[in-house]
Amino acid sequence: MKDSHTLKSLAVLLENNKISSKEVTSEYLKNIESGKELNCYNTISQEKALIDAEKSDERRKSQNLRSKYDGIPIGIKDLFCTKGVTTTASSRILSNFIPNYESTVTQKCGEAGLISLGKLNCDEFAMGSTNKTSFFGSVKNPWKSLNSDNELVPGGSSGGSAAAVSGDLCVASLGTDTGGSIRQPASFTGTVGLKPSYGRVSRWGIIAFASSLDQAGPITKTVEDAAILLDIISGHDEKDSTSSVNPKENYYENLNPDIKGMKIGIPKEFRSDKLPASTQKSWDECADLLKTNGAEILDISLPHTMSALPAYYIIAPAEASSNLARYDGVRYGLRVKGNDLIDMYEKTRSEGFGDEVKRRILIGTFVLSSGYYDAYYIKAQKIRSLIKSDYVEAFKKVDAILTPSTPSTAFEIANEPSDPVQNYLNDIFTVPVNLAGLPGISIPFANDENNLPIGLQLITNSFEEQKLLNVARNIEETINYSETPEKWWFK
Amino acid sequence: MIEGWNLVIGIEIHAQVNSKSKLFSSSPTDFGSKPNSQVSLIDAAMPGMLPVINKFCIEQAVKSGIGLNAKINKKSIFDRKNYFYQDLPQGYQISQYKDPIVGEGFVEIETENGQKKIGVERLHLEQDAGKSLHDQDPNFTFVDLNRSGIALMEIVSKPDMNSPEEAVEYVRKVRSILRYLGTCDGNMEQGSLRADVNVSVNKPGNELGTRCEIKNLNSFKFIHAAIVYEAKRQIKLIEQGESVNQETRLFNTQSGETRSMRSKEDAHDYRYFPDPDLLPLTLDDDWIKGLQDSIPELPDQIKERFINEYSLSSYDANIIVSDKATSEYFEDVVKNRNPKLVTTWVTGELFSILNKKNLIIEDSPITSKQLGELVDNIENGKISNRQAKEVLEEMCESGKGASEIIDEKGLSQISDENEIESLVDNVLNSNLENVKKYKNGKDKLFGFFVGEAMKLSKGKANPKIVNDLIKKKLSQ
Repeated sequence: MKDSHTLKSLAVLLENNKISSKEVTSEYLKNIESGKELNCYNTISQEKALIDAEKSDERRKSQNLRSKYDGIPIGIKDLFCTKGVTTTASSRILSNFIPNYESTVTQKCGEAGLISLGKLNCDEFAMGSTNKTSFFGSVKNPWKSLNSDNELVPGGSSGGSAAAVSGDLCVASLGTDTGGSIRQPASFTGTVGLKPSYGRVSRWGIIAFASSLDQAGPITKTVEDAAILLDIISGHDEKDSTSSVNPKENYYENLNPDIKGMKIGIPKEFRSDKLPASTQKSWDECADLLKTNGAEILDISLPHTMSALPAYYIIAPAEASSNLARYDGVRYGLRVKGNDLIDMYEKTRSEGFGDEVKRRILIGTFVLSSGYYDAYYIKAQKIRSLIKSDYVEAFKKVDAILTPSTPSTAFEIANEPSDPVQNYLNDIFTVPVNLAGLPGISIPFANDENNLPIGLQLITNSFEEQKLLNVARNIEETINYSETPEKWWFK
Repeated sequence: MIEGWNLVIGIEIHAQVNSKSKLFSSSPTDFGSKPNSQVSLIDAAMPGMLPVINKFCIEQAVKSGIGLNAKINKKSIFDRKNYFYQDLPQGYQISQYKDPIVGEGFVEIETENGQKKIGVERLHLEQDAGKSLHDQDPNFTFVDLNRSGIALMEIVSKPDMNSPEEAVEYVRKVRSILRYLGTCDGNMEQGSLRADVNVSVNKPGNELGTRCEIKNLNSFKFIHAAIVYEAKRQIKLIEQGESVNQETRLFNTQSGETRSMRSKEDAHDYRYFPDPDLLPLTLDDDWIKGLQDSIPELPDQIKERFINEYSLSSYDANIIVSDKATSEYFEDVVKNRNPKLVTTWVTGELFSILNKKNLIIEDSPITSKQLGELVDNIENGKISNRQAKEVLEEMCESGKGASEIIDEKGLSQISDENEIESLVDNVLNSNLENVKKYKNGKDKLFGFFVGEAMKLSKGKANPKIVNDLIKKKLSQ
């Protein structure tokens, strides 16, 4: 592998005919082949990618380009339905499912000329924060701790998407984020992960986990690339009733790292003794840096932060229990024969779903049951409203909020806590953002004492993606984070 | 209905919204299409598919609400009703639970004790499920998803009905209103309108009894029969000292009996919650106002107008306006004609022909124009009522016009006084003996003279003129 590419740098190389789409696509396909051990891809679209790359080169020759980024290969989380390409949600129950339709987001990528290298591994139905719940096995984090050869989790659920970008198995990738599934793995892999405002990106054709929280977004090497990819995938879609008619901006073109006079809030509720010293240090340093660059730093309060995780683990499973009811063996996907309809349902779903998915279906079914609905679901919705108003109040005072992305850096696959609640704490800093429907971004800031990336999270008000990207770009420009994992999988 | 017992009835009507496409997808809704030929990715609940509200269905529901004199809710919410079944692809039905699109209203029905108001609790929108076919294969059930996702309006009444007749009248009335509005075709045989009927019995003065719900009744006859059977069953149980179980029952159309389908204990926990794929539905005042202004004249208003404009009796007006096509037909015929005569011919002879041939008025072999022509011939004395019946029958058979048949058959009535006078003279002169007897007090012979005169005219003479002339001559 030569230089590590970005969307921006490749666009220039392609434009100047320094490289063809076929060459760059082949290069990445080779990387994927040698990076098989990372287990990033569920499906590799070798042939189709090369054909599409050739077509892109022809368009370039005939000056008929679809966009500046025509011919650049990306990876797609295996949660986006892709026409003619197996789409599994990393679940056994959909392991044989080939859609005959294309999600709005991947359709838009195709219309911009981007080339899909294949489908990226993730937690089953996007439920997890370690990528260990995938039916196709764990993804391995390209990063390793200084003093250990043990494999680390890439985070989740978009673990394949983050690891593939970090390990150069694609230029950029698409993920989805329900409670932190883009930002947390981005933080664990030293990449940039952007979750847009709820409604900014169409959910049509994306396998649903929790409809009121799910949002697709980019995982990239740089903030600039995040802006470029958001430009491509965002916008109103009449096929998604929850998609916003709010006009989108030209995020990349309008990227402006000037933050003079901006107010940045530091929420006291995110502070914790349990936060690793290196993470706390990065957080402080970043605040100082923003101050130096002309912003004002303010202490703020988001009083209901600690209730976010319990509320999330009621609302998300409730919606999931209903969203996943369609996987019943009747029309598509896995069907395990039974003596009658009920028996077929039970066998299909018992064998088709993994433990974490079953756990959440059970929780969701329970909290929606009559007699429990008011105590759990309604109460959780009330908490959600309170969290939203926390942020409404905060954004009256500040332009953006700065927090750590995760309470720790990447941990060993073998050391995953056996207590699911312990695992759910991975999302403690990211979940409130989904509940409030806000945009959030995780950017790599520094590496810790074990040489593992530390991510910081920025949050802005709804549909203020431009401001979010501007602040992130300011930090990126200042620190110029350029750490890359050692490519140990290259033998 | 049964001496010493009160009957309390509430009804849920499921009315298919008259719409070319489904509630949340653009699939067509044509009845009787090839199985699974009207199914979109959304209707089949493919992964990642999202519902989008069909605005036309919303419009139809609001119109129906206005027709039911009901409150239109400016904010309503679509909920998911969760249960597993092979013909329910999503694993949930999108329906409205706590916040329906239409709130309280009422309809008025005619009962033997006069007008009665029946309260409407609510009207909400929901998706229909697919259809399971159990008779295609010995080992498998087949599923047809053509109906999956079609928009239904569920109209819930208050328990305001107290007899099977009132229940039938209520359903008839709601159906009629929906048909006038064009929001449901009301075709019960095709299942476009079906009713779930809740029945309970109690002794006057006692508190309400335990109710049973009888599902899926798709004709007026069955609604009536099911209520009668169910009420008797419940009364018998109570009289035997047993109690009625709250349960859902099915009506067997062959035996006329109801049987238990599931008891309250087996009832599903549907785990309703707001569908996160759909934002709350909000309607603005101007839009509702626009719909209100577009509502056509409804049966109650037309009835009143018919009574005032054409002096119809309440009974006749009720019969005529109960069906939109009938009232239009009537109004076509009655224009510039004698309303009483037209009413008689529409509700009498025309209805009996339609009944005999088992036709609806839309398919009547006699058009309103043709019936008008016939009535004209009666009104101007060309033919008698008796002759007109013959002509009408001939019209049905041949499709020819009334005047044409009258000419062909030479049926034209003789109304020329001179002509009739010579007939009468002829009869009286050939029966001088009887004339004498009549004048001596044998009054009964009057009918004999009339009969003879009519016979002589081959039935064509205008009987009124014949009568008048004979009376005049005999009194001379």
